[in-house]
Amino acid sequence: MAIVTASTKQPTGIRHWAVTACVLLVLLVTGCRKLEQRADLIIMNGAEPESLDPAIVTGQPDGRVAGALFEGLTRFNPKNAKPIPGIAERWDISPDGQTYTFYLRTNALWSTGEPITADDVVYSWRRALDPLTASDYAGQLYYVKNGEGFNTGKTNNATGKVYTKEDVGVTALDTHTVKVDLEGPTPFFLDLCAFRTLAVVPRQSIEKHGDRWLMERPLPTSGPYNLDFWHIHDRIRIRKNPLYWDAKNIQNEIIDLLPAESATTALNLYETGEADIIWDKNLIPSELMDVLKGRDYVHTYDYLGTYFIRFNVTKPPFNDVRVRKALALVIDKERLVNNITKSGEKIASCLTPPGMEGYTSPDGLGRDIELARKLLAEAGFPDGKGFPTFNYLFNTSEMHKQIAVELQAMWKKELGITMELRQVEWKVYLSDQSKMQFDTSRSSWIGDYVDPNTFLDMFMSGNGNNRTGWANPQYDELIRQANQERDLTKRAKILHDAEVLLIREDLPIAPLFFYVGVNIFDPAKVEGVHQNLLDEHPIWNLRRKDGRSTSRPSAQKLAASP
Amino acid sequence: MYYLKRIAFLIPLLLIISFLAFMLVRIAPGGPFDKERAPASPEIERNLKAKYNLDKPLLEQYWIYLKNLMKGDFGPSLKYRNHSVNDIIAQGLPVSLTLGIMAFLLAQGFGIPLGFITAVKKGGVLDYGGSFIALLAICIPGFVVGPLLVLIFAIHFGMFPVGMWETPLHAVLPTLALGLYFGGKVARLMREGMLGTLNSEFITTARAKGLSETQVLVKHAFRIAVLPVVSYSGPLLADLLVGSFVVENIFRVPGIGVFLVNSSLNRDYTMVVGLVLLYAVMLLVLNLVVDFAYSVLDRRVKVG
Repeated sequence: MAIVTASTKQPTGIRHWAVTACVLLVLLVTGCRKLEQRADLIIMNGAEPESLDPAIVTGQPDGRVAGALFEGLTRFNPKNAKPIPGIAERWDISPDGQTYTFYLRTNALWSTGEPITADDVVYSWRRALDPLTASDYAGQLYYVKNGEGFNTGKTNNATGKVYTKEDVGVTALDTHTVKVDLEGPTPFFLDLCAFRTLAVVPRQSIEKHGDRWLMERPLPTSGPYNLDFWHIHDRIRIRKNPLYWDAKNIQNEIIDLLPAESATTALNLYETGEADIIWDKNLIPSELMDVLKGRDYVHTYDYLGTYFIRFNVTKPPFNDVRVRKALALVIDKERLVNNITKSGEKIASCLTPPGMEGYTSPDGLGRDIELARKLLAEAGFPDGKGFPTFNYLFNTSEMHKQIAVELQAMWKKELGITMELRQVEWKVYLSDQSKMQFDTSRSSWIGDYVDPNTFLDMFMSGNGNNRTGWANPQYDELIRQANQERDLTKRAKILHDAEVLLIREDLPIAPLFFYVGVNIFDPAKVEGVHQNLLDEHPIWNLRRKDGRSTSRPSAQKLAASP
Repeated sequence: MYYLKRIAFLIPLLLIISFLAFMLVRIAPGGPFDKERAPASPEIERNLKAKYNLDKPLLEQYWIYLKNLMKGDFGPSLKYRNHSVNDIIAQGLPVSLTLGIMAFLLAQGFGIPLGFITAVKKGGVLDYGGSFIALLAICIPGFVVGPLLVLIFAIHFGMFPVGMWETPLHAVLPTLALGLYFGGKVARLMREGMLGTLNSEFITTARAKGLSETQVLVKHAFRIAVLPVVSYSGPLLADLLVGSFVVENIFRVPGIGVFLVNSSLNRDYTMVVGLVLLYAVMLLVLNLVVDFAYSVLDRRVKVG
């Protein structure tokens, strides 16, 4: 109606205006979503979650919410992101490290009141592996016996039958005991148990509602929080689960997690008191880091992420290791972190970031322009003569572009070779990279758990994340050996040797720098956001110190804010 | 009869549009399941594609889509896997509609009087001043106006919130950011229309009859002069109603404008086709409304 009123507007008096005004008022009242209650904590959480289903989630913003709703056998220690008991209160590990027996808490309940049983764990893991679930992260369960076989529909050579869910090495011994058989000793298996993919999910809801099971209300959750509502692109509200086994230690009743795309908007909301925490790296405006770094609410810390270049080793001239080394040797990494990224990133010569307990990364190549020129000449390109023009693939982003331009200049100046920028949008970038349609490519990797394996196993030949074409049987063998090794010191040594191959000998990649994590919050107001390598901040551990009243309507808050 | 025919014509048109959208979005390189982390085995991606019928021949996929569409089901979103496209539109559209209608009214309420006055006072101070304002509104894009409004009215003066969508107060700045530009355009159209009309013979006749200047301007000239604005209003309203990527992003408004751009970047095929259809329906219907309004305003226009 308003459409007609407006577009055929005639100056026939006040009545039309009155009608229009009424329509507007109604629209405003219905169109705006007013909340009866203000949350205890409001967190700018990053991009809109693609899903909150633990088996489906891949992104960090998604995982943070899913982790508040569903818990696994273990959970993350808020301080250092190491695994601590979750739904399982204790466990036994067999001497060969291949069998785990988990004892579930008898007071672990679904938020709807039923006990969480060993069958629920078995169901959840089988479901994550089920090809029909189509979980991107099903690989996290490949360490469990026959997990890969079931997920990929392989045939068991011994029996000649296709693997089924019953073959997967997870069994309920009784209501509260779960036995897990692994493919090999997996030193980081308890870490994996805290990972989202392995969280315990409600069978009944999933069987009843299929893909839309998260829309069920009340939604049975196994973790510290319940899902109140999920308004896409607007707000996810979670509420304390009073039946959670550790409910007495949950500090906040209601928490809102807001998605945002624009970093400046997120910062504005924080600055005007509309949000209490910003904890997603994509919501930190890096162009403002110069200014922000000095403020006491900005916290930076080491993060398990590396920024590096991939070479396509299947294509000349990058099939020649001397060329790859030459390119890597002339990069002035200090310049990149000081002038472009500016958040205090450390330069990287190896792939695995520092800070992983029990592992010291090897030193990679430094900066040596003379050696680089010599290597390039030996490869048949003295002073860069005859070197073909090559491309550098990266996804649209101001930071990646600036880095690309710097690299272009460095390679031109020091080696006399010409690189062309190939900026493409995200999906094209991913598709081209996985199809190896590039000469060199911007890359990065964020670790899933605190162990070098989360970085190193991706460069095994045939791994879907390798994306360089590099295949070294010796490397593959070392990684396999390491993951069979029970002695942690020996294991670290083997992984170290593997990494040497990667970053000193063969160089399918050139590491540039390690990411830093950035959180924004006022320590005087918020407690429990610990900075750790995984950027994991379990929501149950957060606490408001100034005790904001929970029933303050937002309109009043707005009027009061400066 | 004429309008019935036009409405009947919409159906084949929408079919063609849906077909084209469905096929065109597949041409873009990359797909909805290309991820930064490759799945642990190629089977996982195969499973995903099978789940959403993406492994079938394109024409068959379209046929399945069409069958669901007949039942009013736009299908599941391929990016937001717990939501259906219907869900997302149902949640975001009311917000975008509200913002769009308010911006539309602002554009008209600001543009029509401004255009009218600048035309009537042509060559005067009001004309120069008014035209300058209109030009300014057109020249400064939303991604500049938005942050400027936030800086001045939200951060400096604290009069309005910097973003989000909760109370009517939250709607003020996004409405301004979205509406001012179109207000400028409307003002220009109105001014041109008015200047053209004032030169026509029937205006001279009206003046010769001895009508007061107000009567000439308002009763005779305005009705004809506003026609370009009316025909522009159809597509304008359709544009505004489906939301604005820039404004929704800056003010964190939970509408569907954000999806208009992101769904194609994400290769969320079902979402893209759903939104294209939604936009097409709005555009076609509003153009129909515009034609109807024409026949009411200008008696010389006959339908049929």
